[in-house]
Amino acid sequence: MMLLAEQLLNGLQYGMMLFLMAAGLTLVFGVMGLINLAHGALYMVGAFACAAVAAATGSFWAGLAASLGAAAAAGALVEVLVIRRLYARDHLDQVLATFALILVFSEGTRWLFGSFPLYLSLPPLLSGAVSLPGGLVYPAFRLAIIVIGAAVAIGLFWLIGRTRLGLRIRAGEADREMIAALGVDIGRLYTLVFALGAGLAGLAGALVGAVQSVQVGMGEPVLILAFVTIVIGGIGSIKGALVGALLVGMTDTLGKALLPGLFARFMEASAAGSVGGALASVLIYLLMALVLIWRPQGLYGGAS
Amino acid sequence: MTLKATLAGGLAALALMAGMAAAGPVKVGMITTLSGGGAGLGIDVRDGFALALKLAGEAGSAVTLIVEDDQQKPDIAVQIADKMIQSDQVDVLTGIIWSNLAMAVVPSAVAQGRFYLSPNAGPSALAGAGCDKNYFNVAWQNDNLHEAAGAYANSAGYKNSFMLAPNYPAGTDAIAGYKRFYEGAAAGEVYTQLGQTDYAAEIAQIRASGADSVFFFLPGGMGIAFMKQYAQSGVGIPLVGPAFSFDQNILQAVGDAALGVRNTSQWSKDLDNAANAAFVAAYQAEYGRLPSLYSSQGYDTANLLLSAMAKAEVSDQDGFRAALEAADFASVRGDFRFGPNHHPIQDIHVREVVKEGDIYTNKVIGIALEDHGDAYAAECRM
Repeated sequence: MMLLAEQLLNGLQYGMMLFLMAAGLTLVFGVMGLINLAHGALYMVGAFACAAVAAATGSFWAGLAASLGAAAAAGALVEVLVIRRLYARDHLDQVLATFALILVFSEGTRWLFGSFPLYLSLPPLLSGAVSLPGGLVYPAFRLAIIVIGAAVAIGLFWLIGRTRLGLRIRAGEADREMIAALGVDIGRLYTLVFALGAGLAGLAGALVGAVQSVQVGMGEPVLILAFVTIVIGGIGSIKGALVGALLVGMTDTLGKALLPGLFARFMEASAAGSVGGALASVLIYLLMALVLIWRPQGLYGGAS
Repeated sequence: MTLKATLAGGLAALALMAGMAAAGPVKVGMITTLSGGGAGLGIDVRDGFALALKLAGEAGSAVTLIVEDDQQKPDIAVQIADKMIQSDQVDVLTGIIWSNLAMAVVPSAVAQGRFYLSPNAGPSALAGAGCDKNYFNVAWQNDNLHEAAGAYANSAGYKNSFMLAPNYPAGTDAIAGYKRFYEGAAAGEVYTQLGQTDYAAEIAQIRASGADSVFFFLPGGMGIAFMKQYAQSGVGIPLVGPAFSFDQNILQAVGDAALGVRNTSQWSKDLDNAANAAFVAAYQAEYGRLPSLYSSQGYDTANLLLSAMAKAEVSDQDGFRAALEAADFASVRGDFRFGPNHHPIQDIHVREVVKEGDIYTNKVIGIALEDHGDAYAAECRM
């Protein structure tokens, strides 16, 4: 029972982390119609910025702020220099150009920081485990990720639904020529949205870097999951990204936790581990296929 | 520092020069992992290998070394091997870190009459029925360090171990090796994905399992992620493992979480022999960092090659093979010889993670298995 509760929390935490990645990706895809493979590279930039600043200043919080800033700045720079030229091109050109960006970022980071993983230590406030009501012991930092994810979700809903900027983002999604004709500087709006998405990816990278490891190429596995998430949730929808991320996080974690045990009831442990593990890792793709059969536009995608 | 380096280099070179014939040139193709999460391992093997060649002076310059990055992908490793064998015409192949890549490359390379000297991967398939007269493993058979961990778990009084390893040839070898020597019960046995970085689900299982010890084999970035998450989880069941999760580069990224953990290794930087002292000093002088287990294995592989070159031409395959079998070089791990299946027979030590100044490192605290060979030698027919 305790085990199941802990696994549910793990799924929730994983989902929140995916949401931070997917939110930026879905905004960029929805508003600008751009497939951005370099989103994982921005995640890596955030992690490295956090590790470097935390090592220099000794403060994890300064590192966290730096991760947001550095990734947003890198995002804005990339948008102005490269991405801007891609909006009118087809998706294949976008994929090629942003894939090139992955290589540039990876090699650039390797050149700056080397191939060995960096160390990112946690602030004392968040290290160790806390006891939750009911006697469940859970790592404090993973709880913090859940809280930060939830706060970002609320902030984004407010931003998109209740502010003038959000109004423009929604309008840009619906009809970009019309809002340009109404006098909105669409170029600046795009740069802003891209930087916002990049900043969130950087934040996710820093948070994950603190529990995993900060190394070159850390962004690509997460990127694939983030794409799965936004396809399930419906492209362009923040609500879809949140629901999709939680679905993917729960499915993946519970599948990994429960399936090998299920198979171990009738086969040898190593075979059960590999069969259960293999099935668990395709479970999210199965979920994606089912959702797409049921709703081809994703759970919250607009009909198009 | 330069004086020390020169001295150390001179000493090592002298040791090699003794009884050296003029060696003909040898072309070596090194396929190793230089990018991605496993890059640290390949870089250390390469640097250790190159250092040995440099210290050997003239004998070392008879070796032409071609290095290529396999990106930890079996298909790329196979392409590189084909290119090195067919267009570069190398005599000797080496360098592969990962067992799944070794299984893809080694059988075809030795079938084409090349020597393969493994500085790391030692899958059971290549030690038993799939052994080959031209395949030599200079590091260990995959099971070895895990067997030693099992032996150590017995002596530490552990009765109920939770076992964790990635799902690939070396992972299954690891748990098989641990269980071969460990006498207690299994509280759980979990195979994770290769390259996995989030272990929350597995740690929850460990917490619920009631184990008195956790045996884990997670090389490279996987180990860093696991150790950090384990330390934060508040589980606190003692960890046991092979040296791969506690090598010099990983420890700096894990930090305090690793302090006091016991691990098993055939090499440690504080092993007391002249070759090791010279190696550690020269490596630090050359690269500005402490050598890791992998560096030591790369260094020994090169010295094995040089020792064979001193005795026979590589074109004389039988003579060269006999020279390799003799393993007539001063290994940095101390006593070293090959068993009948060309895998090492060596001592495996127990180390403890300590902090020296600002640097996390390992200290030898005892011996787990003496003159230890591997379990597959009897199945090998050459």
